Amino acid sequence: MRHLLVKDLQILRRSPFLLVLLIVYPVVISTLIGLAVSRSPEKPRVAFVNLVDDDDATFQLGGETLDASSYADQLFEAIEPVRVDSRDEAVEKVRSGEVLGALIVPADATQKLRDALSLSGSPELPTLEVIYNEEDPIKAQAVESQIKARLADANKELSDELTKVSAGYLDILLQGGSFRILGQGFDVLGLKATKDVLESVRDALSADDPNRAPLTEVITFAGLAIDNLDFSDEILGAIGEPLKIERTTLDGASTPLDRFAIAVAVTVSLMFVTVLLAAGMLALEREENAFGRLVRGLVSQTGLVVEKVVLAAVCAAAVALLMLTGLSLFVALDGARAPLWVVATLAGGLGFGAMGVALGALAKEVRAASLLSFLLSLPIAFLALVPSGAVSAGLYDVVRVASAVFPFRPTLDAVDAAVNDAGGLGTALAHLAALVVAYVAIARLALRRFAG
Amino acid sequence: MSAVPRDDPAATTAIAAHGVTKRYPGRLALRDVSFSARPGEVVAVIGPNGAGKTTLLSILGGLQPATEGTVSRAPSEVGWVPQQPAVYRKLSVRENLRLFARLEKVDDPDAAVARMLDQTGLADRAGEELGRLSGGNQQRVNIAIGLLGAPPVLLLDEPSSSLDPRQRERLWTFITALARHPTHPTAVVFSTHNVQEAERFADTVLVLADGELLFTGSPAELEQAVEGEGPRGEGVPDHDFEAAFVAFLRERGH
Repeated sequence: MRHLLVKDLQILRRSPFLLVLLIVYPVVISTLIGLAVSRSPEKPRVAFVNLVDDDDATFQLGGETLDASSYADQLFEAIEPVRVDSRDEAVEKVRSGEVLGALIVPADATQKLRDALSLSGSPELPTLEVIYNEEDPIKAQAVESQIKARLADANKELSDELTKVSAGYLDILLQGGSFRILGQGFDVLGLKATKDVLESVRDALSADDPNRAPLTEVITFAGLAIDNLDFSDEILGAIGEPLKIERTTLDGASTPLDRFAIAVAVTVSLMFVTVLLAAGMLALEREENAFGRLVRGLVSQTGLVVEKVVLAAVCAAAVALLMLTGLSLFVALDGARAPLWVVATLAGGLGFGAMGVALGALAKEVRAASLLSFLLSLPIAFLALVPSGAVSAGLYDVVRVASAVFPFRPTLDAVDAAVNDAGGLGTALAHLAALVVAYVAIARLALRRFAG
Repeated sequence: MSAVPRDDPAATTAIAAHGVTKRYPGRLALRDVSFSARPGEVVAVIGPNGAGKTTLLSILGGLQPATEGTVSRAPSEVGWVPQQPAVYRKLSVRENLRLFARLEKVDDPDAAVARMLDQTGLADRAGEELGRLSGGNQQRVNIAIGLLGAPPVLLLDEPSSSLDPRQRERLWTFITALARHPTHPTAVVFSTHNVQEAERFADTVLVLADGELLFTGSPAELEQAVEGEGPRGEGVPDHDFEAAFVAFLRERGH
């Protein structure tokens, strides 16, 4: 087998197009993926009109001065603002397609906010206007989502501030203290101090004093109020965020999307390189008429199949490892797990190599084998990536079974486990081992008609 | 050419087939074929298309088993040269020879390669990729690979079918030199459609038709067999081996 491996490597070395493809492919793919996952998505261009006077941008809340422009800064993290001076100018930019949408802050926005918070003026809340260009529904949806999400963040921050202020007022009511409203300062005795005063007064009364009973009722009420207001912080907190989210992940550890994308990219590259190489190199033995000469005692048919599987797996694993090394320049990958990368890519390579030799033996010719490999690989990858819930339960069962008989899914699981510590490496390797045996057996059977 | 005396008791048998039969589903490809060849003997297997020539050679070479019958030599003792060059076009002449020498587990692969380069006359082109050589030179390497293990028998399946006349002539010079080697004569069994080639270079011809061995003997004996059966028919000249061969087949219903 060693001599055949050397021979195949010599042939590969003398096929410059194939060699360039094997080296350039992982470099290009890893660079593209690296750039894609390491850069934040492109920000949509949105016209921004702030009609609030600069002098009028602040407002008081609970004695704290807040600047409305700080909320705009948060929004600008998600969009690329195109500042304009008027609503008409913003509408024109949206119409012309120069921007995907426009956000208009009316002149009375801070005043209305100030009035609402001070409880002194109109209770009407400020309304921001958003204008979309629906010419491109996908982009419009993206802009709308970004703006809504950022406005929700801003509302949440304001709500938190209001909660804090309200809790502060309730604390003063409970403990006593001073506060300012409409420019005037007030001293408040507080419920606890009031209760103490009332208890002192009651204690000073004689036992048969007719005022003692009503005074005791007031003291009891004060005690109840103190006890219940002690829970006010939690209650206000619940109003500010009535629904909390606790995330529980089932079926394996959670992998961030960018890291999972790396596992998918590596697996797809591994699949194409290995399947095409194994199928092509086996079919080449027939095209070169060497198959008959080899298997008449020089090499066993099984030995020949295994040699092609090993050759393709080693080459493809090298390509995959090159890709991972390239990707680690863009995304922080745990280099200490590199030995597991080797294990996973080699195991995946063996799985795809076994599938490749089966296709090569069935197709018999290099071109047919390459075409068959390509046509089969794409749907296999697609099937393995169909998420549960995307199709009906029955169809998903079919998809799972179909994915299980091809090496893509277990290889993806193995690479994800090796690169991202997603767990399940042992199961994936066992699955791949079973597939290698099955596909080598199929290839061996198909070779019966190979020499003809 | 000088024929090897077929009745020489001193000559040992290089290869023999006994009662070889090959059945495919629904078809009988070979029926009870027996023959033998001595060292240095050149045997041509001739017959019309579908006669079973390639099937016979592939059974002798161990590429497929016979349904019935036996072959005296194991496949590893027989040099096999397929019709199309079974070589790697991306490898050089030397790399091809060295690869197969190693796979054949030849004692001294480098010496065997040097010997074959010398015999084929390709020593000066040993480093060239095989795909860049002419068809004739590729066929020489193809034959040289079959000879790497110094087998006592060499099987060639239509060795000259893709060659021009000049290349054919050089090829046959090479093959007959192998067969007539003074110290290491090789029995050569080849199939061909070219009956003139069989007449010129073979000591013995085997005539196959529909899987049946109709004749075993020298080309001259085949002509005599036809003459002995009466007039050849109109338009068939004397001493025309091809005409005699066609008449032989026609007289036997083929």
